[in-house]
Amino acid sequence: MNDPIIRFDNVVKRFGDHTVLDELNFDIRKGEKVTIIGPSGSGKSTVLRILMTLEGIEGGVVHVGGEPLWHEHGPVGLVPASQAHLHRMRGQLGMVFQQFNLFPHMTVLRNITEAPVKVLGLGKAEARDRAEELLELVGLSDHAQKYPHQLSGGQQQRVGIARALAMRPNILLFDEPTSALDPELVGEVLNVIGQLSEEHDLTMLLVTHEMRFAREISDRILFFDQGRIVEEGSPAQLFTSPQRERTREFLGSELDRVLAV
Amino acid sequence: MLFGFEWDTTNALTLALSILPILMVGLWVTLQATVLGFFVALVMGMVLAVLKGARSRLVSWPAYAVTEFIRDTPLLVQLFFLYYVLPEYGIVLPAFLTGALALGIQYSAYTSEVYRAGLEAVGHDQREAARALNLSRARTFTHVIVPQAIPRIIPAMGNYLVSIMKDVPVLSVVTVLEMLNVARIVGDRTFDYLVPLSMVGGIYLILTLVASSGVRWLDRNLPNQGIPLK
Repeated sequence: MNDPIIRFDNVVKRFGDHTVLDELNFDIRKGEKVTIIGPSGSGKSTVLRILMTLEGIEGGVVHVGGEPLWHEHGPVGLVPASQAHLHRMRGQLGMVFQQFNLFPHMTVLRNITEAPVKVLGLGKAEARDRAEELLELVGLSDHAQKYPHQLSGGQQQRVGIARALAMRPNILLFDEPTSALDPELVGEVLNVIGQLSEEHDLTMLLVTHEMRFAREISDRILFFDQGRIVEEGSPAQLFTSPQRERTREFLGSELDRVLAV
Repeated sequence: MLFGFEWDTTNALTLALSILPILMVGLWVTLQATVLGFFVALVMGMVLAVLKGARSRLVSWPAYAVTEFIRDTPLLVQLFFLYYVLPEYGIVLPAFLTGALALGIQYSAYTSEVYRAGLEAVGHDQREAARALNLSRARTFTHVIVPQAIPRIIPAMGNYLVSIMKDVPVLSVVTVLEMLNVARIVGDRTFDYLVPLSMVGGIYLILTLVASSGVRWLDRNLPNQGIPLK
């Protein structure tokens, strides 16, 4: 039980000549709520995208639920993962995207039920019941038959959260879930995420610029810069008495940004 | 007399009225060639688009080469080739079929690009969302990508349908009795080319205007977020 549910072991990620993640190491325990903060281009989102299998890695090993994600156990050591392995591993994870990425030609209900029916093999009625529960959870019960373009950004993102939850992931990844929203719509999405953070079993990994919110819901904060973790600790530690100069600098600039708005 | 209809050469008006049914016979052939050519272009274009999208260069490269070859040679050359060269190898097709096939092949080079552009215009974010939900590649293609690509593809295809219709007169050189060829024969026999050729131009103008406004209507009225899936 004490084994980490996510482990990055010397993970290297490059885009061409640019090294995004530079021998990155960190662990996340089951049920932990962890927020990654850091300047843009620091590799925060890349961590989530690697976990969701949207980006491969160039070095190291990523473990999810005690198993290598991008590798399989071969006859002699680890070999690159097959599509079948990736398919099986993906079942543990769900992702909420910055731009929501809803399917625009499907109703809200269909957005949520499509994968449970086609991937998990749920019956249509069961999937619909489950979707309706999730829509209630995110406060959108009346919108099941609408199309995404008929909803506000905040509502679309709440559908995005319901859609990810419908696949019953153990780990939920949030990639800047409020960055594309008008300021007055941020609160409704954060409320839903805050509510989810009460769930003991759900592991959450969040990339955000909402510092106050990160402080409220996180068990731990990781501060990223240039593909490495510069500093990590509890929200109280990191926000009130950051040890590194680089962390202080970043938190100061974020404060300026918020005050400037 | 042609196709059982007599002409009345008293004056231009009576001539026009009397040869209208004859031109309609030609128009019917023109429309059939258009539809058949369009069908060939749609099917062959899709095949080319799929091959061009293949991950193996051994598959995609020949498809690009074929597309480029078709696009860079005149329709008339391709038509003559099919009509005069194939029979030397024992493949004898009726002139009408040869012509429609040539049109379809020519336009498949263009329709394959329409398919490809339509599919590529569906954002990468949609593929990523489908992957995160563990949808299979096939399911992603048929239920996420294609429904969103169709509204972009259909209006462009409509424009090529109009173009094919305007290229049908080329088939007259291999003896297909489409509308222009019929009008020429009428001219030969009545010694009046002005009336039949003007009528062909006028009929084409009407057809093109109607078809183009139809395409514009489709463009406006197709749901731009994709074909809804219930």
